[in-house]
Amino acid sequence: MSEQHMSPVADNAAVRGGGQPPVLTITDLEVYYGNIAAVKGISLDVYQGEIVTLIGANGAGKSTTMRAISGLLKPRKGEIMFEGNKVSGLRGNEVAKLGIAQSPEGRRIFGRMTVAENLELGSFMRRDKAGIVEDMERVFDLFPRLKERIAQKGGTLSGGEQQMLAMGRALMARPRLLLLDEPSMGLAPVLVDVVFEIIERVNSQGTTILLVEQNALAALNIGNYAYVLETGHIGLQGAAKDLANNEDVRNAYLGHA
Amino acid sequence: MFSSTIERLQPTTPAGKKFARYTGILAVLVVAWLIPNYLATGTDGPLPLFTVVLCAVYALFALGLNIVVGFAGLLDLGYVAFFLFGAYTAAWFMSDFFYQVNPRDPSDKQFAINFHFLSTASADIKGIHISFWIVIFIAAGIAALAGLVIGAPTLRLKSDYLALVTLGFGEILPEVFRNGDDVFGYNLTNGTKGIGPVDKIGMGFLSRLPGIPATITSSDYKTKYYVILVFCALFMYASIKLRDGRLGRAWMAIREDELAASLMGVPLMRTKLWSYAVGAIAGGVGGAFYATIVGTVNVDNFTFSFSIIVLCSVILGGMGNVWGAVLGGIAITWFNYTGLVWIGTQVNKGFGTSVDLKKFEFGFFGLVLVLMMLFRPEGFIPAARSKQLKKADKQVQSIETAGAAS
Repeated sequence: MSEQHMSPVADNAAVRGGGQPPVLTITDLEVYYGNIAAVKGISLDVYQGEIVTLIGANGAGKSTTMRAISGLLKPRKGEIMFEGNKVSGLRGNEVAKLGIAQSPEGRRIFGRMTVAENLELGSFMRRDKAGIVEDMERVFDLFPRLKERIAQKGGTLSGGEQQMLAMGRALMARPRLLLLDEPSMGLAPVLVDVVFEIIERVNSQGTTILLVEQNALAALNIGNYAYVLETGHIGLQGAAKDLANNEDVRNAYLGHA
Repeated sequence: MFSSTIERLQPTTPAGKKFARYTGILAVLVVAWLIPNYLATGTDGPLPLFTVVLCAVYALFALGLNIVVGFAGLLDLGYVAFFLFGAYTAAWFMSDFFYQVNPRDPSDKQFAINFHFLSTASADIKGIHISFWIVIFIAAGIAALAGLVIGAPTLRLKSDYLALVTLGFGEILPEVFRNGDDVFGYNLTNGTKGIGPVDKIGMGFLSRLPGIPATITSSDYKTKYYVILVFCALFMYASIKLRDGRLGRAWMAIREDELAASLMGVPLMRTKLWSYAVGAIAGGVGGAFYATIVGTVNVDNFTFSFSIIVLCSVILGGMGNVWGAVLGGIAITWFNYTGLVWIGTQVNKGFGTSVDLKKFEFGFFGLVLVLMMLFRPEGFIPAARSKQLKKADKQVQSIETAGAAS
């Protein structure tokens, strides 16, 4: 897929935002690892209340984009704006303060801390005790398994439970934008469905979500809008439903001949 | 902030457990009181009073390093730097060092400071003489400041590099002090000659209580022991409070996963610097106290092996465990200063041999460390966090072996 396939779907930005400006805007982002370009000038928008999915093959630059947003990587060029604030160039904890939380690739939960302690760390920046307790109840409501495991160490949980914990921990910051990096990676098919169902529920409760996934079919099913990344560029973009029916996307990512 | 949330969501500590904890603390206090009165063996034997005091000092050092290595997970191989700053602070502010007047050579750049404040030193001894109880705070402040200055450039480094750079600092600083007797003509450290005598500790109004002297004489190890014991107890309490607070959580998050911690909004640099500063305070206080018990400060005391001995104490006791650090510090110090020689004498007496075990000191250290790593890698008293994980690992293993067998 190259330039000639670009945007077969009408860019319906006006419909997307409902007249409102996007909450997250990435313009001409370039990220390098040393001298190797991982992201070579991508631009994308995320509007309030959406689930935007970023799909693409291994090495397309999905996780790199996520890391650049959350301040773990410094972009070489381009700009990331969140609710009118410049995010690019800030440190990880400063980005978190603006209201962006990330459930990172590989989950990265705190293995020797209990489930409760992991969740509390998610709310590290907050001081509103009542709100924290309320959100913890909300997380237990979304993930009843975590409540059963509350006093257990994170490292003793199963892979699926750890994924739930990573998502729950990110939610504990009460973010206005939730970044989910490969939430279905390494999970049993049954659990993948559960995780995607929960992502939809979180979104319906009002959290805007940017979702990176290799499981393109599931991601397109729950997403509002989607970008297809190809070796550091955005190949295709459009409403998730349209992309799910797009011939090229189906051939390349959905495993249909 | 965190504790209240935890209490609401986790089952509270049962009353029995709480009772057991308090009796445990009481028992430790009783033993700590008994040691100099009944268990110690004067100037000789398996437990001389001087060793008892040193054990307590090293327990304090281990508590300090435990915050850096155990809580925040930063491998610091240069803890000697804080010991050094603490000791020199005591030497500077509690001796005649800053009254250097050379009547034969007035062109010699000199200090002629004479300042006494609540000191035990007699007024006709010139120099800076400030009460030990104030110097302790100055030493803590200078050591903490040193922690920040050393930490600011080094803490950006990842673990292995941090270890190397701190090792470098620990080697460079004593050299700087060794050559500090001629800083643009001024003598700041007295070089290899060292500074002494350091003033004695005055007990002030406490001396009105029975059994407490007005000034702790150089051979009064019993009172010295009680003084350092109070510092240890205070620092243990502070360690536990910090560990369970917001800062402690941030340290642990960094130890577990730096990247994830930063995503949670933990400011990495500031949090790491705090661990350095707090850890340094124990080093500074211990150093200042050490200077008063030995009476002189000599640059030869500050060697790389000090950093390693304190690190070994933390690892041996159980990284991240406050009681473990104390136990590790005591065990290694006893072994180092008395145990080995005493055991050697007993062996020689029993078998009629003449082996000098002290010669094999580092060999034994190595052996003990290797054995510990093989059979009890989590230390004497592992932090509660690693215990449960190990159990879970075993469960998984047994499930897997059961699965393989069937």
